[in-house]
Amino acid sequence: MRLVDSSGDLSGEMEVDAFRRLFPLRYYERHLAESIRPDGRPLGMARDTTLALGAVSSADGSALAKIGSTTMLAAIKMEVMTPSAESPDEGCIAIEFHMPPICSPIVRPGRPAEAAVVVSKQLSDTILSSGMIDLKELALVNADGALFDAALLSAVAAFSHLQIPVVSLNDKGKIVAFTEEGDTVGKLEKEAVNKEKRKLTLGNIPFSLTCTLHKKHILADPSSEEESIMETLVTVVMDSSDRLVSFYKPGGPALAYTSLVTDCVRLTRQRMKELEKILDEAFSGMEVD
Amino acid sequence: METDRKDGRTPNQLRMLSCSRNILHRAHGSASWSQGETKVLAAVYGPNAGTKKNEDPEKACIEVIWKPKTGQIGKAEKECEMIMKKTIQSICLLTINPNTTTSVVVQVVNDDGALLPCAINAACAALVDAGIPMKHLAVAICCCVAEEGSVLLDPTKLEEQQMRGFAYIVFPNSALSALPKGSSLVDGEPLEHGIITSVTHGVMSVDEYLRCVGRGRAACAKLSDVLRRSLQKSES
Repeated sequence: MRLVDSSGDLSGEMEVDAFRRLFPLRYYERHLAESIRPDGRPLGMARDTTLALGAVSSADGSALAKIGSTTMLAAIKMEVMTPSAESPDEGCIAIEFHMPPICSPIVRPGRPAEAAVVVSKQLSDTILSSGMIDLKELALVNADGALFDAALLSAVAAFSHLQIPVVSLNDKGKIVAFTEEGDTVGKLEKEAVNKEKRKLTLGNIPFSLTCTLHKKHILADPSSEEESIMETLVTVVMDSSDRLVSFYKPGGPALAYTSLVTDCVRLTRQRMKELEKILDEAFSGMEVD
Repeated sequence: METDRKDGRTPNQLRMLSCSRNILHRAHGSASWSQGETKVLAAVYGPNAGTKKNEDPEKACIEVIWKPKTGQIGKAEKECEMIMKKTIQSICLLTINPNTTTSVVVQVVNDDGALLPCAINAACAALVDAGIPMKHLAVAICCCVAEEGSVLLDPTKLEEQQMRGFAYIVFPNSALSALPKGSSLVDGEPLEHGIITSVTHGVMSVDEYLRCVGRGRAACAKLSDVLRRSLQKSES
């Protein structure tokens, strides 16, 4: 496929791929002028999202989320703990975010975790917990832009999938997790504190959308190529009761004016509806089993 | 609606500001910025030759090192470093000194709320002191949303913890130009209304966030006056 470069400095024709590599910004700007992106998406549309619950069978709750080619795996492990004195009704959540070198050619072993994990900590405020530790592990399998969105989606899905295991008090008065495999002989004196596995009640579920801003165009859900060229990223997180959980814009050459802020919020609301539908579908798929 | 603040301020009132420059003699540029009890010291070293790995050698590279008051460097510090780095990158003219690294070291002297905005303001003043070329200065402010929806500016640490949510917002400072007004309107809004950086914690509605932004903008206009005056005073 030949592309005629009409900008003047390179007379004659040039291959599309070469143009894309040598002048990435101009390549994108020519697409933006037509309000379309190289992979055929309109500016406001996000990539195909899929969700698979229960990907890790040994974890209490898990989910695999794919946004385009970005793949993120979340697994939740619960542990029994003694709650702290100030908040005897609450447990706590510890989040670990791993970016193994498999995910992207720019990641080397030993590179520290991204800032996304710090932001995801605050989102756990919107999820209710009750007297136990959840240790959540998020592992990035493939990095292709919008890492935070995929991380949040898989974390939320894993939480929805989570079933709190049965616990009981043993003779010493400590709470111990009830193992599934038998152990019924001689231990029936223990009263199970909660009789059956129950699901974690979720408060308002947060959903997020990352956009890049480039000279008045807002691109929703950028791939890693788009992210590397357009330096301004905005991540908006909203929850199901239409409140803003986070508006995260760490610097970047493009400034956000009020109109841009409202546009990003509007795009996030749309995305939220799509994601809620996908989450429900994944769930009803699970229930059938 | 009037909310009683512990130190008797009105919702729109900022704490005592003070800024001093050129306090560290070995650094190329340094400044200390305090808002009430929160105090941050910033030092700028650079431009030094060479860029870091994975950075573009066609542009100048900015490196931020955040030193907390106590404790080891953890994820929260790394996140602050990243936010500050991106903010400073967007205000500096990076093409003037390609293939160089400028290091900004931020030392937290005391944390009593609104730490990140204080640090950004200190870093800006230090960059001016070092003579690093910039497009415009950045002024940062912290706004928080109380339970009943009222917006308070520049909270203390106690207030931050009690509030439903707070936002750190950074604006470019207003330009004093020799030409008459009307030359820098973008989308019908003047240049200084755009947000460079915004980081929020806690939940708030979209309207509350926009109100925070509006109040923050007005306060930043005052802040940038203070900044400009203190920088001009030191020159003479």
